[in-house]
Amino acid sequence: MSMRIDKQACEWIERDKPVSFTFESKEFIGYEGDTITSALLAAGEKVLGRSFKYHRARGVLSLANHDINVMLTDGEDTNIRGDVVAVKAGMSLKAVNTMGGVKKDNLRFIEMFLSPFLVVGFYYKAFFRPRFMFPFWEKIIRRGAGLGAVNFNYPRIPKPKLNEHYDLLVVGAGPSGLVAALAASLDSELKILIVDENQQAGGSLGYDRAGDDSKIPQLKELIAEVDKAVNITLRVNAYASSYYADHLIPIVEKGGITKVRAKSLIVATGAFEQPPVFRNNDLPGVMNGSAAQRMIYRYGVKPFNNGVVFTANDHGYRVALDLIQAGTLVKAVVDLRKSNSSNDLTKDIMNKGISVYTGHCVYEAIESTDKMSVKGVVICPFDEAANKAEPEKSFTIECDGIAMSAGWAAAAALLYQSGMKVKYDNSIEQFIPDLLPQGVFAAGKVNGIFDLEQRISDGARAAAEAMHYLGRDNIPNIAVQDPHGESPSHRYPIVSHPKGRNFVDFDEDIQVKDFIHAAKEGFDNIELMKRFTTVGMGPSQGKHSNMNAIRILANIRGLAVEKIGSTTSRPFFHPTPIGHLGGRNFHPKRQSAIQQWHKDAGAVFVDVGTWSRPAYYAKPAEEQENLIQQEAMSVHQSVGIIDGSSLGKIEVCGPDAAQFLELFFTDKFADQKVGKTRYALSIDESAVISDDGLVSRISTELFYITIGTSNAAMVYREMQRWLQIRQLDVGLINVTGSYGIINIAGPKSTEVMRHLTDQAESSALVAIDEVREMIISDVPVRVMRVTFVAETAYEIHVPADSMLSIWNQVIESGSAYGIRPFGTDAQRLLRLEMGHYLPGYDTDGLTTPYELGCDYALAMDKVFFVGQRSLKILAKKPLLKRLVPFMLADGFSSQMPKDCNLVIDAGEIKGRVTSISFSRMLNRVIGFAYVDPTKVDAGSEFEIKTDNGSMVNASVVKTPFLNSNKAL
Amino acid sequence: MKLLECPMNGVRPLSEFLYGGVYREMPNHETVTDKEWAAYVHYRDNAPGVKKEWWYHGPSGTWFIAERNTLTDEVQKTYPFNQADDMELEK
Repeated sequence: MSMRIDKQACEWIERDKPVSFTFESKEFIGYEGDTITSALLAAGEKVLGRSFKYHRARGVLSLANHDINVMLTDGEDTNIRGDVVAVKAGMSLKAVNTMGGVKKDNLRFIEMFLSPFLVVGFYYKAFFRPRFMFPFWEKIIRRGAGLGAVNFNYPRIPKPKLNEHYDLLVVGAGPSGLVAALAASLDSELKILIVDENQQAGGSLGYDRAGDDSKIPQLKELIAEVDKAVNITLRVNAYASSYYADHLIPIVEKGGITKVRAKSLIVATGAFEQPPVFRNNDLPGVMNGSAAQRMIYRYGVKPFNNGVVFTANDHGYRVALDLIQAGTLVKAVVDLRKSNSSNDLTKDIMNKGISVYTGHCVYEAIESTDKMSVKGVVICPFDEAANKAEPEKSFTIECDGIAMSAGWAAAAALLYQSGMKVKYDNSIEQFIPDLLPQGVFAAGKVNGIFDLEQRISDGARAAAEAMHYLGRDNIPNIAVQDPHGESPSHRYPIVSHPKGRNFVDFDEDIQVKDFIHAAKEGFDNIELMKRFTTVGMGPSQGKHSNMNAIRILANIRGLAVEKIGSTTSRPFFHPTPIGHLGGRNFHPKRQSAIQQWHKDAGAVFVDVGTWSRPAYYAKPAEEQENLIQQEAMSVHQSVGIIDGSSLGKIEVCGPDAAQFLELFFTDKFADQKVGKTRYALSIDESAVISDDGLVSRISTELFYITIGTSNAAMVYREMQRWLQIRQLDVGLINVTGSYGIINIAGPKSTEVMRHLTDQAESSALVAIDEVREMIISDVPVRVMRVTFVAETAYEIHVPADSMLSIWNQVIESGSAYGIRPFGTDAQRLLRLEMGHYLPGYDTDGLTTPYELGCDYALAMDKVFFVGQRSLKILAKKPLLKRLVPFMLADGFSSQMPKDCNLVIDAGEIKGRVTSISFSRMLNRVIGFAYVDPTKVDAGSEFEIKTDNGSMVNASVVKTPFLNSNKAL
Repeated sequence: MKLLECPMNGVRPLSEFLYGGVYREMPNHETVTDKEWAAYVHYRDNAPGVKKEWWYHGPSGTWFIAERNTLTDEVQKTYPFNQADDMELEK
C-alpha cells in the first residue's frame, strides 16, 4: 500500500522524475531526491534490514544517518546506508546480514533458541575454553554476525585530496548555522564555508513544523540570503568528519575528502534524538519523532496509519501535530512526565480529541505474529520518581506505529575532538560545552539552545565571537537568553520489562539487562562498560545509544549523570569509505640523470634511500646471482662502470670551512692540501657512527664532500644545525642533484681514463688521494681516485646535464677493454672484497668507531669535535665487540649463514654477521661480523648460528680479502 | 595537522617540519665530569611543560628554536637559534 502523501511545501523529492530500482529482487519506483529508505517506505515496505546479533526485523529509527540496521549492498559496494543514500535508477539492492532474504532470514532463529545465552560477555566466557575449540565456534559466530561481505574485486577509484582555506567554517546548515554564517558574512573580507550532511540546507527548520507551514518563508529567506552572500559557500551532502589540530577539518563528500583549514570554527551540528527504551522499541514502525517528521516533510511519506506518540518532552506534541497533518490517525499521546506544562501544543492536541496520558509510559510494543510489525501498544502508569512502570494498571491500544520523543544528545563529536570541556546542564538534561578551545564556537542545540528564536540569536552570538577572535572590528555584542520552559530531554526515559527486548543500542542489540550484567561483572565505569557491552561501538558510534547508556549506568550506580562522564569521541563522525582515506601510491624516487640509459641497458632497479638505482643489469636466460658475479669479475679482471650519482654531495665554502669540518668530522682538515682527498667519519654526540665520506679540498676555502646515499639528507641537516650553533663564516650547499658521478673501476680503468682525457702519461693522471679539476670534451669535471670498489678506480663528477654524453664517452673509451656496467649488488660485493665496511649496513644505531677499529680517523688531539667528549669516556671502558672480516672454509657448501645470523660462543651471543657473500673472485664465502674483542686477530675462529640452527665455523682474516687469500 | 611558524618562512603545515629534539645547553667539555657529560648526552627529563625544541623546516633547510608547551601542544614562539633576544627587541 502506498504511503506517499500529497506534495509538501519544500519537499526534497521531485515527483516528475520517477526512479526504478529493485530491493530484495522486487521492483520499486521512487522519486529523484528519495533516499533508498524513503522510497521503500513510500511503497509500504516496513522491514528493511535485520539486526546484527538477533537478526530481528528492523525499519527506520532516525532517518538521520544512523539507521544502521538498514544496510544494503548492490553487489559492488557493501553497507550502503539506506536512510541517507539517494536512490538511483537501476539499483539492485539487498539487505546485508541475512540468510535467505530480509523477510525470511533464517538467522532469526538465533533469537528464538539462543538468545538466553547471548548476554554480553557470553562469547568471551563460553568459547574461550577449551582453547582449541575456539576456531570452530569463531567460524559459526562470524557467519551469523557481521555486516555484509567485502567485495575483493572492488575497483580502484582514485579520489583526490583537496585543500581549502577559510576564515570561518560553519558545520551544520540549520537555522543557527545559517544565521551564524550570514552574520559573519556582513564582513565582506571573511571567506566562509557552510557544510551540511543533508541534501538540502535548513535543518530542523525544514521538518519540525508542528503541523504548520508558517516558518517556511523564514527558511526560504535564510537560504536565499546565503545564496546571495558572495563570501559564503554552502556545500550540502558534505559532512565534517573530524577535527584535527589548528582547525583542520576534513570534509567528506561522495567524491572524496577536502581538507579544510579554517581560522575559526562554528559547530552548529544540532542534536540527535534519543529513543526511549521499552520492550520491542525496535520493531519496524517504531521510530523517533524527528524521523517521522523527516519522512513527512522531506519525502512526502506517511510514517504509519494509526499511531501512538510516546513522549517525554514538548517535542512529542509537535510530532503528533505533524502526523495528523500527514493523515495519520493519532490514537493517543503518552507522556512520561506527570507534570505536563499545559502549553498551547497540548491544548491543540486535546482540542483535536486525542487522548493525552500524562504520567504514563509505553510499557511495550506488541509485535505482530510474523514479528515484523507493530500490532499495538501496552500503556501503563509510570512513577517518575522511582523510574518504575505499573503494568498492573495497563491497557492496550491497537496501532501500526509509534513515534518516540524522549530527548536529545548533542551532536558534539567535533567539539569533543577539538578538546572541549563539558558540563551537564540539569535544567535541560544534556551535556553542553563548558570550555571551548581557541577559535572554536558552538551554536544552537549542540550548545543546549532549543527554542527557535533563541537558536537564531545564538547563531549570531557565535558569529560575533568568531569575528572577535579573528580580530575584526565593530562587532555587535549579542546576548542569548537562558533557556526557559520544560527540559527538552527526559532524565530517565527507560522502562524496565521483565522479559527484556528493550533495546538501548540498535547497532549491537544491547538491552537494559546487558548493562546490569556488565555492572555486576564489575564493568561499571563508562569506558569499561562500553567495551564489555560494546554499546556505542557499532557503526552509529553511539549516536542513539550513548546518552541512554550513561543514564542507565548513572542509575545503576546511584550517581549523577555528570559523574559518569562520556566516552571519547574519535574520527570519523560517520563511517567513511576506506577509499577516501587511501593515498595515491605517490612515492617519488630520485633518479640519475641517465636513468633511461640504465633502463635501456636492462637494469633491474632497487630503492636505495630515496633513490632508485640499478641493482644489476639483466640479460636473457642468465641468473641474477651469476650476473652479479660476472659484473664484479669484469671489475677484477678489466674494467667496470657504475653510476654513483646518488651519493650525497655537499660543498663547504668560506673562510671557516676547514674549522667547520674539523668540528663536524673526527679527523683533521686544516692541514689538508688543496687537490687532496681525505677520509671523513662523522659521529653523533654520543659517539655513534652516523656516516662516512670523502672530503676533497678544491681550494683553500672550498671543500667538496661526498657521503653515503641513504644518510646524505641527515648528514646535511646536522651540518646545518652545527653551523647555526657555532655561527661560523661558512656556506653549505647541497649539490647532490647538480652532479652525476661516473665510477670507472678495475685494472684497465687508467687506460680508459687516458683515452678519455687524451693524457699521455697514465701515472700523471690522478694519483691516489688526489682530486683534480679538468675538462673532458668542454665539460668541467672533478676527478678523484677512490679505492672503494677496486684498487684502481676513478670517480668523475660531472654536471648532471652533461652526464649522458660523458657516460657514453667512457663506455666508448672502454669498449676496447670490454667495459661493463655494474649495479649496486656487484658494488656491495666488490667493496666487501676490498674490505670496506658500510655505515648503516655494517653499523647500527649503537656502533662506535672503536668497534669498527677505525681509530686512525679519530684526531683525539683536536680541541673539540662532535662526539669527542663521549669518545674519551668510551675509550676508558672495555670494548664489548669488534667488527672483523672473516672467511668460511674453502669449499664451504652446507647451510649458508645470512646477514644478521648470530655469532655464538659457549651459548652466549657475542655479535652478528653484518655482511656475507660468496666471492667468485676468491672462490670463498667472505663477510663482516661482530665478534668478541679477544677474537680480532687474523686466524681467530668463531661460530655462526645459521637459520636452521647449525653452527658454521668462520676464521678472521685481514683485509683486503684479495690479499688475505694469497696469504692463506 | 598542526601548523608551525618558521621564523624565516612563516606559518607552514607540520608535514614540512622535522623535530630535532629538545634543545640542551652543552656543558664545557673540558671541565665537565664524565657523569655530567653522559647526562647531557643521554638524559631528558621529559616532564611536561614549556620546552625549547629544535625544529627544522625541510623545504628551506632552516633550523630554529620553538618554545612549545608539551602539555597543551601550544607553540609559544619560534626564532632562529641565539636570536630570542633580538626577536624580543624587535617587538
